[in-house]
Amino acid sequence: MIRTLLIIVLGTIFTLILVNLFHQEDNYNLKLETLRHNYALKAVPSVNHNILPALQRDFKTPQEVTEACLTCHTETHKEVMASSHWNWERASYVEGRGISSVGKKNVMNNFCLGTNSNQQSCAKCHIGFGMTSSHFDFNNARNVDCMVCHDNSEEYLKGASMAGYPDRTVNLENVARSVGSPRKSNCGSCHSFGGGGNNVKHGDLDVALNSCSREVDVHMGANGMNLECVACHTAKNHNIIGKLYSVSTDNTNRATCEQCHTTTPHLREVLNRHDSRVSCQACHIPIYAKVNSTKMSWKWSDAGKLRDGKPYEEEDSLGNHSYMSIKGSFVWARNVKPDYIWFNGTADQYILGDTIKSVPVKMNTLNGSYHDRSSKIIPVKIHIGDQIYDKVYNRLVQPKLYGETQGDSAYWKDFKWDEAVAAGMKESGFRYSGQYGFVETVMYWPVNHMVSPKEQAVGCAECHTRNNGRLAKLTGFYLPGRDQNKSLDFLGYWMFIFALIAVFGHATIRISTKILKNKFEKQIINYDEDKPTD
Amino acid sequence: MHKVYIYKRFERFWHWVQASLIIFLAVTGFEVHGAFKIFGFEKAAEFHRIASWMLIGLIIFAIFWHLTTGEWRQYIPTTTQLKEQVIYYISGIFKGGHHPTEKTGLSKLNPLQRIVYLGFKLVLVPITIGSGILYMLYKTFDQNNLIVIEDYPLASIAFWHTLGAILLMIFLVVHVYMTTTGKTPTSNIKAMITGYEEIEEEQEELIVENDHNQNLG
Repeated sequence: MIRTLLIIVLGTIFTLILVNLFHQEDNYNLKLETLRHNYALKAVPSVNHNILPALQRDFKTPQEVTEACLTCHTETHKEVMASSHWNWERASYVEGRGISSVGKKNVMNNFCLGTNSNQQSCAKCHIGFGMTSSHFDFNNARNVDCMVCHDNSEEYLKGASMAGYPDRTVNLENVARSVGSPRKSNCGSCHSFGGGGNNVKHGDLDVALNSCSREVDVHMGANGMNLECVACHTAKNHNIIGKLYSVSTDNTNRATCEQCHTTTPHLREVLNRHDSRVSCQACHIPIYAKVNSTKMSWKWSDAGKLRDGKPYEEEDSLGNHSYMSIKGSFVWARNVKPDYIWFNGTADQYILGDTIKSVPVKMNTLNGSYHDRSSKIIPVKIHIGDQIYDKVYNRLVQPKLYGETQGDSAYWKDFKWDEAVAAGMKESGFRYSGQYGFVETVMYWPVNHMVSPKEQAVGCAECHTRNNGRLAKLTGFYLPGRDQNKSLDFLGYWMFIFALIAVFGHATIRISTKILKNKFEKQIINYDEDKPTD
Repeated sequence: MHKVYIYKRFERFWHWVQASLIIFLAVTGFEVHGAFKIFGFEKAAEFHRIASWMLIGLIIFAIFWHLTTGEWRQYIPTTTQLKEQVIYYISGIFKGGHHPTEKTGLSKLNPLQRIVYLGFKLVLVPITIGSGILYMLYKTFDQNNLIVIEDYPLASIAFWHTLGAILLMIFLVVHVYMTTTGKTPTSNIKAMITGYEEIEEEQEELIVENDHNQNLG
């Protein structure tokens, strides 16, 4: 009796322990709550620029605004002029190149190809005034554009193909008196429009982020934390942390999730352990280009078709350009699942003048592998395309695309590749053989923004699955749930089947011999029983 | 008929909890391995982890029990009557013969069981649990973290763990079948539940005789 009771009591306790273990509610994440609290407090500016005497005047040129800024911020131009936003290059050590200066000045991409000979147009996104060519004076503080980053009136606008000068409609007085800490709209005015249109290049930097929901970006969502870019991309002396590996090379000065969230943000240890080889972004950005489409492919070889001697454009069903005579044909996509690669934080770019080593030409190479301990799996947008190259020198060429007028050898006016390349390469300081072709290219864009709410994070089984998982293309390492030792599994399966067959065979023989024996015994018994009645 | 107390209370508790844990671990484990889908990978992996700690805890208790009670001696391998035992399973069993060895509280395992269970305890379970612990703690730490298991290939940890699991499943099949080879197909299972096993009459006579002789002696 006591034993039965004891068994029941122990059994109940055991069951309760099991129930408790298996139905564990997620605990309250205090780390996250502390972060939310800290970032809920928005800083109040310590100065109201609207009442400063130095700004109560008319400004004829934007340079006059800069001069006015410098009357109080007397040394700030030195910080700005040391930045890559100003210099369009950054010295760094690159494996295989040594110390090299890399930036928009000299790297190529597979969108609008490069800045050389096109500065008049490209400098719309330079924080300066008057960069019309490669002869821009980088030492003239008057040409620093403070307003493009610090305008809080949302009125400031850089003019199209005006070498970085503001649009003629901008009220400089108004802008100058309403400066403050950079907002999403300031950063986005360039970073969302890379490649000549909204969300063209990055895929995760869309002008829609200026006012989006938590589902689009959990940090910047207006109904979420509503963070500004500079909340994460902090700056000391105008040196802003965070960079993208389309123009960057070394593993320094990066903006990371860990700077706020630490390396152990999850309550579940097994998730934290992933951090050693999997980036936060890989799971927390299930898709990018959530609002507007991004360009996935750009074929320059299709450019130059004319209708009635005139350039034309075609659009796809979502209103994105699918063809432009001046640029070629495009493929766009929205709500894109990223590709995944190993990345250790260092990269190399295709620099104008480099020889083509392999096709498709890698416009940037993100270094890393499973065997490199500092590499993690990161999500990337892979942008493919083709572009013009020099068949004899075997290198990509820089055509002159932008021109004011026809007859200036600019491709976008004259549609003559030969002249455009000759002019572009001459200005860039390189030889051109005169024989061009088109070569396939590929470019890797790490996806870092459009972080989804945690409920939408990539689930375990999206990678830990036998077939067609998100990491299906990343091979060379053992991923539980995806990989198996095929010969062991094969052998094990058949050994198990053999054991079953053996057991059933043995049982069958036992049962059948028993039945036979019973029959025999039964006959004897019948005989014995029959005897007395005889 | 004579009832002999063979399996102690802890032994029975240990046996059945271990059995259920191993079966549960097999279900969740082979799901993690991608063999089928029941709980979903995430839950299967989590359940597997919890159940594995429970099994480890149970085994620590079992080792303690075996050492303190001296029951570990039951597993000392012997070749005496090993051949007879094997022959019994291969042919004798079909002819309605009797087990060549008798079961008592002091000697509950036949020579074949001794060898198989010793292998189970000293090779199979350690391989599976050892590789399982390495699997569970597996992490190639980056430079900023402490390194516990450094770049040991997960593929080989997984290999040993899967091998152990497969062998355990084969053991399970054969083991469950062998329980039906007692006096009646369910007598062995009943014994593992109640602790008492009915000894066959002829053997009983033998035992009584022995006891009698011993008394006389």
